[in-house]
Amino acid sequence: MSERRTTLLEVRDVSKHFGGIYALNEASLVLESGEVHALIGPNGAGKTTLIHVLSGALPADAGQVIFDGNDLARRAMHERVALGLARSYQITNLFSRLKVLDNVTMAVQSRVRDWGSSFSFWKPFSLDSAIVDEAHDLLAQVSLTGLAGRRASQLSHGEQRCLEVALVLATKPKLLLLDEPMAGMGPEESVRMVELIEHLARRVTMLLVEHDMDAVFRLADRISVLVGGRVIASGEPAVIRADHEVRRAYLGDAE
Amino acid sequence: MGLYASSPRRRVAAAITLLALLALPWLMQTLDQGFYVSFASRVLIFALAATSLNLVIGFGGMISFGHAAFFGAGAYTVAILAEGGVHSAALAWPLALAVAALLALLIGAISLRTRGVYFIMITLAFAQMVFYLIVSLKSWGGDDGLLLLRRSTFGSLDLKDDTTFYFVVLATLALVLLALDRLAHSRFGRVIQSIRENETRMEALGYPVFSYKLVCFVIGGALAGLAGALLVNQSGLASPNLLHWMQSGTLMVMIVIGGVGSVFGGVVGAVLLLLCEEFFVEISPHWQIGLGLVLLAVVLWAPLGIAGLFGWGRSRE
Repeated sequence: MSERRTTLLEVRDVSKHFGGIYALNEASLVLESGEVHALIGPNGAGKTTLIHVLSGALPADAGQVIFDGNDLARRAMHERVALGLARSYQITNLFSRLKVLDNVTMAVQSRVRDWGSSFSFWKPFSLDSAIVDEAHDLLAQVSLTGLAGRRASQLSHGEQRCLEVALVLATKPKLLLLDEPMAGMGPEESVRMVELIEHLARRVTMLLVEHDMDAVFRLADRISVLVGGRVIASGEPAVIRADHEVRRAYLGDAE
Repeated sequence: MGLYASSPRRRVAAAITLLALLALPWLMQTLDQGFYVSFASRVLIFALAATSLNLVIGFGGMISFGHAAFFGAGAYTVAILAEGGVHSAALAWPLALAVAALLALLIGAISLRTRGVYFIMITLAFAQMVFYLIVSLKSWGGDDGLLLLRRSTFGSLDLKDDTTFYFVVLATLALVLLALDRLAHSRFGRVIQSIRENETRMEALGYPVFSYKLVCFVIGGALAGLAGALLVNQSGLASPNLLHWMQSGTLMVMIVIGGVGSVFGGVVGAVLLLLCEEFFVEISPHWQIGLGLVLLAVVLWAPLGIAGLFGWGRSRE
């Protein structure tokens, strides 16, 4: 990672409304490559909506998203993944009936630039041993090695969250959108996840949506605060902690 | 119900079945039941049609209720070409396949923009449109269908001979099943099965889901067209009934009974259903009530079908 930081993602005045309710109201945000950028805000502030808009699951009503020099406006979700933008889900979203290893191999296989197209109808996948090896590697990184043969649905909640991270990592993203990776985790599982994210942060830029403030202040290089669909503050953790408006709008409520 | 995986045991069972089917004409002639050779061809053709639908529903997870359109398109293509003097199988059969593929491309490109029950209804609607179109075209026989007065010619093979025709059908089915088994284990096969399992997640992993589904839908349609081409040769008639929604329903029943998402599910279902039809109809014309009960039992207690019961289907632990 170079010392000189460049802008990886720029969100400019993005709005999204559902009927009369503005989930996002001219939200703006800049992510530099290499940083862990946490997005915090009260429930209903629009955090998950922003993730949906960034990943392409929802179209924005107004505004612009520039990722790595590309305007994302008209790009489908799968095209954004190819550009290096991958997301995890707040509610675990896996191939629950498939084996853990198959979950990861499907994710690894998706990288067209490395493996070529999946429009291959005759050659057995079992010969694609490089994909399988890489999947085992990823499982080791998220400490799920011994569970490769289980069905995803048989894993514990925390293990499923780790598998979720492995799937996103397998796409080799430049930017990882992590939507509440610690949601519903017990304290021990949370510690494990924080360590995992810390480890990953050395390699990949992250936008982290998280409610656990201890984790946020430990992991984040910078923090943005989303309230009522608008980013009201953005800066280093110490600055955010001290920010008056933020305390009033958000942190104050929690304490 | 994970990804499809063949076991050596299943391959042995397939090989034994193939040997038995190779010996069938000889056996029938020995027993002086030559009529059943043609019937056996019919069963294998329906097995092919059901297998093609199983690719779409069982592997691709697309509950298409309009598969008869492709089946019928293949049959009519061969019959219409024969009217025009084209009898060569080498020409007519691939054309039947191509016409069905093109129809599937058109119907799929529109229908696959919908999901769930809307997809079921829109495929049904398209197929019924094709049905009414054919029925209204008097030059192609309208209600009565189009007779195929002589079977296609295929090099030096004499397809008029029921036994020769049977072997051609058997070879076609065997090749398609082999190809489907390969496909199920290929990258493409894994992708479509995973789309069946979790479409949103596949999109989020960067797969252009729509393209994969469309290709799967078109392959299924094309194979149904091939089955139609064979069927019109077997029966000598391209009937509008081949295009009717009840035909789509029959194919669906076959794969549900046989095993959804299993390479051999369509074969098992077609064989069981047509054998029941052939022999129970003599006992009582209301035999289908019994069929209804069987279907109910399968759905309730053996959701992976007969193939699943014997461990020929997807693994289910």
